[in-house]
Amino acid sequence: MTDTATQPSPSDEHPVPAEEHAHPSEWRYIQIAIALAIVTAAEVTVYYLSLAKLAMVVILLVMAVVKFSLVAAFFMHLRFDSRLFRRVFITGIALAITVYTIVLLSFGVFLTNRHVTPHVNVPSPTASQ
Amino acid sequence: MSALATSAATTRTHEATPHATSTGLSNVKLAVWAFLASECLLFGALISTYLLYRGRSIVGPYPHQIYDIPYTSVSSFVLLMSSLTMVLALAAVQRGDTRRMRVWLLATALLGMTFVGGQAYEFTSFVRQGLTLHTNLFGSSFFVLTGFHGAHVTIGIVMLLSLFGLSLRGKLGPENAETVELIGLYWHFVDVVWIVIFTVVYLIPS
Repeated sequence: MTDTATQPSPSDEHPVPAEEHAHPSEWRYIQIAIALAIVTAAEVTVYYLSLAKLAMVVILLVMAVVKFSLVAAFFMHLRFDSRLFRRVFITGIALAITVYTIVLLSFGVFLTNRHVTPHVNVPSPTASQ
Repeated sequence: MSALATSAATTRTHEATPHATSTGLSNVKLAVWAFLASECLLFGALISTYLLYRGRSIVGPYPHQIYDIPYTSVSSFVLLMSSLTMVLALAAVQRGDTRRMRVWLLATALLGMTFVGGQAYEFTSFVRQGLTLHTNLFGSSFFVLTGFHGAHVTIGIVMLLSLFGLSLRGKLGPENAETVELIGLYWHFVDVVWIVIFTVVYLIPS
């Protein structure tokens, strides 16, 4: 009996990850880095513009999402690797966003008329005696 | 001799074949992705705490008084570019170019050290201006969040330098490309977390 007969190749027994593709070229990585640098410069420019707060928050968050997606998709190869890795990572992000949005909503962080509760000095029972 | 050569050839082609697991994927890589997903919850907690305490400090210094946006922007740019050098190191090891892999690994570690050095300078500057961990809610939440991130970057630098050391000893070749990829995933994650911190903590006004 030959070795080949006793040790079947992995492809015979194990599923091949169907969605994996070749990684991008080095030139594509450099293009992504240039895009990231441009978006970062745009972010800083927006910071110094006299925009309404809501507009500034929305624009900055969109830019952050673009940068995050570029790094995750190309540098972390989520666009090219198995879908399972993407699902695991996105589940973590979605869980974090959901849980902490609920927490922040519970604490009223997004209220427009949020203010600090003034301190009230309540005399202790021992002080009044 | 022939058996050794066959074994070596099998090892070298391992990366090109599907992994011998029930998913056909590397279990270690899947574990790293699961770890990174759990890290999202850790940093989510720290960022949420910062947002919760934002604007609630009753004594200064306040964020707008001490932030140096141009300085932090340069630090952010340095960390972003370290992601490029990291992925170039991976591309080099995958095609068997050990020399370039060493260059890019060292460049990534140096860029990481520049970022951490910049953060240390920023912390020192803030302390001199009167902001410490105990000064106010802004100080405690800011230092804990950015300090945790800096600790992650430092761990990444140690791992990168370990890879560089292994490479010098001839123990890091194309057959270990997955090791470089996994440390690269951690490094890129640290980068994407900073993308969020830079926007939420530094740029969005309170």
